[in-house]
This record gives sequence, C-alpha cells and structure tokens, in this order.
Amino acid sequence: MNLLDVLIQHSPPLIVAVPLLGAFLTPLVGRINEKVRNIFALVMISITGFFIALLASDVFTNGPRVYVFGAQNLTLPVVRVLFEVDSLSIFMAIVTFILAFVALVYSWSFMKENDGLDKYYTLVLLVVASTLGMELTGDIFNFFVFLEISCISSCALIAFWVHKGESLEAAFKYIVISSIGALFVLFAVGIFYAQYNALNIATLANVIQFTFLDKVALVLLVVVLGMKAGLVPMHMWLPDSYGEAPPSVTIVIIGATQASLYGVFRMCFTLYSGAFQNITISESTIGLIIIMLALLTILIGVLMALIQTDFRRLIGFVAVAEIGYIFLTIGVGLVTLHDPDMIEVGKTAMQGGIFHIINDCLDVGLLFLVAGAIYYATRETSLNEMSGLARNMRCTTIFFLIGLLAVSGIPPMNGFASKLLIYQSTYQLNPIISIIAILASIMLLAIFVKVFYSAFLGPKISKFENVKEVSKSMLIGMGVVSCIIIIFGLFPNIVIHYLVEPAVNALLNNAQYISVVLGGV
Amino acid sequence: MLSLESLLETLKTGSGFWNPVVWVVAIAIIFLLVYILRGFGKKDYKKETGQTQAFLSGNPEYEKKELMHVKGSNVYWGFTETLKSVYDVLKKMHNGNASDYVLWFLIIMAVVFIFVGLI
Repeated sequence: MNLLDVLIQHSPPLIVAVPLLGAFLTPLVGRINEKVRNIFALVMISITGFFIALLASDVFTNGPRVYVFGAQNLTLPVVRVLFEVDSLSIFMAIVTFILAFVALVYSWSFMKENDGLDKYYTLVLLVVASTLGMELTGDIFNFFVFLEISCISSCALIAFWVHKGESLEAAFKYIVISSIGALFVLFAVGIFYAQYNALNIATLANVIQFTFLDKVALVLLVVVLGMKAGLVPMHMWLPDSYGEAPPSVTIVIIGATQASLYGVFRMCFTLYSGAFQNITISESTIGLIIIMLALLTILIGVLMALIQTDFRRLIGFVAVAEIGYIFLTIGVGLVTLHDPDMIEVGKTAMQGGIFHIINDCLDVGLLFLVAGAIYYATRETSLNEMSGLARNMRCTTIFFLIGLLAVSGIPPMNGFASKLLIYQSTYQLNPIISIIAILASIMLLAIFVKVFYSAFLGPKISKFENVKEVSKSMLIGMGVVSCIIIIFGLFPNIVIHYLVEPAVNALLNNAQYISVVLGGV
Repeated sequence: MLSLESLLETLKTGSGFWNPVVWVVAIAIIFLLVYILRGFGKKDYKKETGQTQAFLSGNPEYEKKELMHVKGSNVYWGFTETLKSVYDVLKKMHNGNASDYVLWFLIIMAVVFIFVGLI
C-alpha cells in the first residue's frame, strides 16, 4: 500500500480532524502573529480540501467508503462509530470546503479591525469541522453530536459582534430554537436505539419496520431538520441570524444549514427508504406535506424579502425561499420515486434539488459577501440610506449583478440550470407547483432589481463621496464564488455528470449503501 | 479527462434540454446586431438640453440630486399596498418573539404527526 492509498484510507477522519485540530491550535498560533494565524487557518482548510479531493476521487471511482473507529468486530461490549462516505456525503463536503475557503479569504480583510479574532477563527473552524462531521458520519447519534457542536459554534459566531444588541438577540433565538430541535433529534435517536439496539444508519435502514415509534422518529427528524434548514413557518430564526452575523461567516453558517438539508435527504431516502417501499401511502403523505411546506416557504420567503429594507435581512429571506426549492424536490422525490411510471420525474427532481444545494450556497453566499463589502465600505445596511454605490464600487457591483442573475435563475447562470430541472420535474407532477416556483423566481428577480436600483444606481449621496472599493482579499473571495457560478452555469452538464448524478444515484441505491456498510463492519 | 465535446454537451432534463454555450453565442450575436443598429442612430444630439434630460412625468428635476433618489422602501409601493392585508398577517407572524418561534415549531410537528399518524 503506497502513501496515497494510506492517505485515502484515512481521509474520512482526517477531513474532520484537521479543521478540529486547527480550531484548537488557532489561539496558540495567534500568539505568534495575526498574519501567521490567518495563514494557519487557511492552510488547515486547504489541507482539509486536499483530503476531500482525495476521498472524492476514491468514492466516485470505487463507491462508498467505510471507516471504523473503535472495535473492529461485533463482540460486546462494542464501542465504535462508523463514518460512511458515499457520493452524496462527499458532494456536501465539497460544498462545505468551498464555502469555508472563501469565508477565510474574505475574512482576512473584512475582520481585520475586529478584536478577538483568535476566537473568531477557532469558531469558524469548529463550524466547518462539525458540518463535515454531520455529512460524513454514518452513525445517527454521532450526527446529533456534530449537530450540537455546529449549533453552539454557529451561535457564538452569530453573536460575534457582541457590541450590537441585535446580534446577541439573534444568537439567543438561534440557540433556543437549535437546542430544542437538537433535543428532539436526541429523542428520535433514543427511539431507534430502544427498538433496534443500533445507531448505525445503514443497520437501521436494513431493519427498520415503520412501526408507530418509527413514524414518531421520522416526524421528529424531518420537522427538526426542516426547521434547522429554514422551512416555513419555522424559518423565523434564519433571517434574524443571517442578518446579524458578520457577513464573512454567514456563508459558513449557510453551509451548516445545508448540512441539515443533507440530513433530511439522508433520513428520507436512506434510513426510511425501505420502510417507504412497503407502505407507499405514508411516503406520499410525507412527500405531499413537504411539497406544501416547500411552496409556502418559497412564497413567504419572496413576499417577505420584497418588503425588507435591511440588505442582509432581505438576503436572509431570499435564502429561505431558495431552501423551499430544495425541499420541493425532496417532496416530489418522495411522491414519485416508488411509482414506476414517475421514477424518471423523481430522479430529475432529485438532480435539480442536489444541484440547487451547491447553487444556493454559492448564489446566496455571494450576495452576503456583497452585502458585507457594502457594509465594510459604507457602514450601512439599510437600502433606504444607500445610493449610487456603483460609481465607487465597480467590482462589487459586477459581483452583485452576477449574484442577482444567478439567484433569480436567469440564464446562463448556474441557478437557471438547477431551477430548470426543478420546474420541469414538478410540472409533470402538477403544473401549478411549477407555475408557483417560476412566479417566485420572477419575484426574486424583482427583489434584486429593487436592491440594484436603490443601492447601486441613483444619484451620488454626499456621505458616500469618499467610499472606495473594498480590499483585494474581499474581492478575491467574491471573485472565486463568481467564477464558480459562471463555470457551473456555462457547463451544467459537467457538474451534473461528475457531481450531482453520483450523489443522486447514491441516494437512490439504498441497497448498495447498506450492503457496503454491513459488509465493511 | 474533460473533452471539448463533454463541455459543449446539451443538458437533457427529461422533457427538455438546455445548452448555455449555444445560448451565449446567440446572445452575443444579438448584441452585435443591436450594436450595429445603434450605429445608425443620430449623433448630433445636444447635451444638457431637453434631449438628454430624464422625463419625470412632466415634473421638474430637483436641483439637489440627492432628492431625486427613490429609496428602497418606496420601490414596489403599489404592489405592497395592494397586498397590505397579506403583509399585515405576515408581519404579525414575524414578531421576533422566540416563544412564538418555538410555538410554530410545535404546531408544525403536531400537524405533520397527525397526518402521518392517521393516514
């Protein structure tokens, strides 16, 4: 076995361990020098990215990989945790890495005037480690543990600008909601353990019976993870938190939110897939409920975004609407995938949904970075106070326009390709769903035209006479995301072929996931 | 490895298709045509006269340019005013009270549980 094979073999734990180690070492490295600390955080994320790339090449070629911590054999007392990495897990890890890398590059200039940056970088790395843990673990209790770490570290980041009362309030609401949600997840974990004496997702998927208690656990998991992802009407924490966290970390928190969405995909299509196949009515019921909530999420997201005057809070509501599109595909998938006549529709919907996860992160993330750049240059977040910024902030304006077109699903940006898949698949289930989704996209465009008009166009205001373009590291951060958006938009087929399709196949091929894991135990 | 053919491949969506590269080329050609047409326009207009001033429904332009700015909250005023009753309900929902956030969570959990449990 050569060095590369050894690295690939140990990649699953290293992907979580490297940022975790980085988090705990950052305060020590910060004692040397601020620059060294920033470079150290970037290096740790880059190393994580290297291991993700190694593991991705392996998983896309050879299928799911299992990594066992603790006891190798099933002899009691067994203390062990399994990491199970399939194409969906690695897809999510890639998304998380991109967001974390961009956030750290952007933070270099954006946060330089703030105090307590040792804590800031520690928390960012902790959020990244916990998000990656949620995505790679194959153990449902372990998933809960990483969810808790993610909640606590995200809460601290939301409250980072502690001098602002609103930040503290947003963080308080976030931790209240997250703690209650996490307790319900723990309750669901307890239900599984009590019934099946197992916590491994593949083992549970193999033996689950869809008993009354399993139904309770399903509802708990879907509703809690839906709330964590921002499903209406449990979304209210999201604009509060996204609007008050430093914009440089909002993009990382978006990644953590998407990990909850990943959880919904995993629970519905892996853990409960076998149970659904036996009892199709319940599957359709859950699917239809999710479709209804998703439509509500899209509509309320855009309607509320339209009346916002705070730029970051507006993007927060847009993020809610975008989450609705992804939930829509989960619902369509649940309703159609076990109907032989509709299976292709379900598969297209799932492709659209998974593709939209990465597009949503990039598009909404870019808009938050632009909002951060405007705040950095003007100390202003109110759209009522902004005007004529395009004159002094040309690059930022171009990045905003890219984000505007992408999030509204305008061709040839990435958002169009994924939304096209969503529209076409939902149209075949019910045209009204598709029409609502398209109308909401048009409203998204209208919302950002309003932002563009009020913030970037219009006469130059005297208080913004001396506003200058933001520093290079912030421009690089926004530039990287913009380039990915354009590349994904111009070559969607490549992304779908190499990233999205394997992820969808991994979700739909439940038997392979179970057999690989149980065979590897 | 990525080949040129795979980069230019059309995305098939089951009931439709999408090729952004073809779209970009088509848009570039359209822009070129528009640019050529623009070249036929008159170049002898007079700057700083009524020929170049914005038409504001017959109202005079303010001398202080800042007053000309339409603020973010004024854009789409008609739309939001028409949907005032909807927005009143939505604003009541978004009251910022953490207890209400938890209440919504419990309500949705109860509703989903009833549907899944009964059917």
